Amino acid sequence: MTRVLELSHITKRFGAVTANEDVSLHLDRGEIVALLGENGAGKTTLMSILFGHYTADEGTVSVEGQELPPGRSRAAIRAGVGMVHQHFALAPNLSVLDNVMTGTEPLWRLRSDRAAGRAKLVALSERFGLRVDPDALVSELSVGECQRVEILKALYNDARILILDEPTAVLTAQEAEGLFATLRQMTENGLSLIFISHKLHEVMSASDRVVVLRRGRVVAERRTSDTSREELAELMVGRKVERPARPPATPGRVLLSAVDLSVAGKGGASLHGVSFRLRAGETLGIIGVSGNGQTTLAGLISGLYPPTSGSLSVDGRAVTRYSVPDAIAAGIGRIPEDRNAEGTIGDMTTWENAVLERIWSPDFSARGFVRRAAARKATADILERYDVRGATVDGRIRLLSGGNMQKLILGRVLEAGPDILVAAQPSRGLDEGAIAGVHARLLEARGRGAGVLLISEDLDEVIALSDRIRAIVNGRLSPAIPAERANAQLLGLMMAGDWTAAERIEAETHDAL
Amino acid sequence: MSVLFDILGSVGMWEAVLRIATPLILGTLGVLLCERVGVLNLGIEGIMAFGAMIGWLTVYSGGDLWTGMLAAALGGAAFGFLHALLTVPLGLSQHVTGLGITLFASSFAYYVFRLSVPTASSPPTIDPFQPLSVPVLSDIPFLGPVLFNQTAPTYLALAFVVLIAWGLYRTPLGLAVRMAGENPHALDAQGIDPIWLRIGTIMAGSALMGMGGAFLTLSAFNSFFPTMIQGRGWICVALVVFASWRPGRALLGALLFALFDAFQLRLQTVVDGVPYQLFLMMPYVLSIVALIIMARRARVPQALMQPYRRGER
Repeated sequence: MTRVLELSHITKRFGAVTANEDVSLHLDRGEIVALLGENGAGKTTLMSILFGHYTADEGTVSVEGQELPPGRSRAAIRAGVGMVHQHFALAPNLSVLDNVMTGTEPLWRLRSDRAAGRAKLVALSERFGLRVDPDALVSELSVGECQRVEILKALYNDARILILDEPTAVLTAQEAEGLFATLRQMTENGLSLIFISHKLHEVMSASDRVVVLRRGRVVAERRTSDTSREELAELMVGRKVERPARPPATPGRVLLSAVDLSVAGKGGASLHGVSFRLRAGETLGIIGVSGNGQTTLAGLISGLYPPTSGSLSVDGRAVTRYSVPDAIAAGIGRIPEDRNAEGTIGDMTTWENAVLERIWSPDFSARGFVRRAAARKATADILERYDVRGATVDGRIRLLSGGNMQKLILGRVLEAGPDILVAAQPSRGLDEGAIAGVHARLLEARGRGAGVLLISEDLDEVIALSDRIRAIVNGRLSPAIPAERANAQLLGLMMAGDWTAAERIEAETHDAL
Repeated sequence: MSVLFDILGSVGMWEAVLRIATPLILGTLGVLLCERVGVLNLGIEGIMAFGAMIGWLTVYSGGDLWTGMLAAALGGAAFGFLHALLTVPLGLSQHVTGLGITLFASSFAYYVFRLSVPTASSPPTIDPFQPLSVPVLSDIPFLGPVLFNQTAPTYLALAFVVLIAWGLYRTPLGLAVRMAGENPHALDAQGIDPIWLRIGTIMAGSALMGMGGAFLTLSAFNSFFPTMIQGRGWICVALVVFASWRPGRALLGALLFALFDAFQLRLQTVVDGVPYQLFLMMPYVLSIVALIIMARRARVPQALMQPYRRGER
């Protein structure tokens, strides 16, 4: 095994904060190393040092035995290190070829050799199975295709070492699987890879070796075959993490009843004849690959748009007006799918974000004036009770990490005491510790007697939290099965549209529901 | 009606179109470069005034005409550097900085002019650029005198259109410039520093603005007076949007505006009973209409007016 990359004794401080302390790490040819750690453990900082975006206070980086000069991304690129950023560094108005070729030729050359560039790009995309049209504008590409362009950019620079920063954060489960298959193929072509992640299942399935980072230090290094998910979770968080167990349900009256709902082309998909019931004190899990209509369903129940046909009743009363204020008044709380786009307004303060949804309630406004003291007090309570870290009442909410932002959203919606809670992808992008917290809160709401509609594409999450599970496929809902009967294989069949087994189980258990 | 055709058919008018368009072409290319690299440069109005003054003053004090042009370009680049310094590394508001530069540069131009030239009832003059007939080609009927009997700076402006179009779309540097205006983070990730690229490009664009101003004193007229820019800079800013940030369309836009202007000038002299202000208004109204039609399809540089700070998203 040839050693292609070696980071030795890296220390990096930002003021009083130590982001990395005495971190050593190596990578051998043809190997996939996972850098595992919670958000804020210093993974991205470490990789930014390797790539020359930051200079380390101590320590060295060497590629194939040659030490890299600190703080020079160009030197890292030349040495064959390529980085695929978590937030894509692409220009939407330029073509794929333009994006890939930027900065690859001497700047003062009078003519750019685009024919050679195109040939090289096409050859690379064929060799690694990364199909993308060189002349398409990046703005026309899907998220998965954009990521392919990012990887091609690195390969075009003749990268032999590829670093991927949370590559699956924005991908659907299917796209993620495809990505890891591609990465495996790359190692067979002699590339070496490091990928940063906090998702245990992908680390277990895609890596050869795992390096666990906690609070800026390497706490463990394991061959993937010699470790387990449980061990890694404990190493990463520093204590034993157990996702909370679900106590038996005591379903009450029907809170939400949908009969033959159809919606055409809202929220990126359509619904066709969707019927289901949600009772008080139970969780109905809806599993499905993104883009099959779950966003549409959540939007409909939240009052964003009316159905084209069918009816919805909340607590026995048919909904006549579909609007968000009416939905909130009817006791529907929601955890939006996209925290940053729909859940919060980044440049407004924490307290404004915490009360905006209920700004017209007498708790927070009177005679046309905002009751700031009351609003700020309520926010401070949420921050404390829901353990939102790093937030101040008057700080911009943009500055919060994903996990803490989600805790605030949870606090905001649960404090309002909703009867029905629509939770769309509630733990997407969160690390293990934060996920456990979110799950505990959702179970708490159910225990209080709320009906929880859990929309997720994470099998484990749905099985752990739901009492009954339906799959959503192309805007249609499958029969419901009890969580006790669910397993990955059966849910996989249901998500693929094969409902024969599910129908049988539903018929068997129908009386119990 | 026949009056209109007489005007449209006259060689004089079409010759004037290219002349009127020249400062607009240079200015529009200047703004285009700045915006392509991601920075709005509202300093243009003042930079053109300063270019007009310094170019004229150089020639008035004994320099030759091309030295005057060079002085205007350098003066423009200097103000461009100031604008870049404030907006790129410091990341200040590009609107406020640009307007500040316009106010400063135009007042400064008048101040320097007044210091160096004594007050006189009629402004002092220089010998401007003379029309340069291209042999053979200028003998072509109609097209000859219109296209090939212009002054040298007009040919230079046309050459710049080709040069900048080639530069932006065919060279690695041009791709880097476009990338800086679309996503400077991506540029940085490829190992090119967007800060210096932006500063350099803004200086080049501002040099073109300065030359556009100097055309007015060194070729179109032969003297300097403080109000001579008359909003040409603002027209250039609008023309860039009209052109969807493309050099070829910028030329088209400048010619179109100049056509309206040349046409209304002649219309004023032949039509009686209509207030001349209405004719003066015409090019601006038509520009707004054209802008509405063209700008709907425009692809704005995504990072326009977004200061770049490393490590911040």
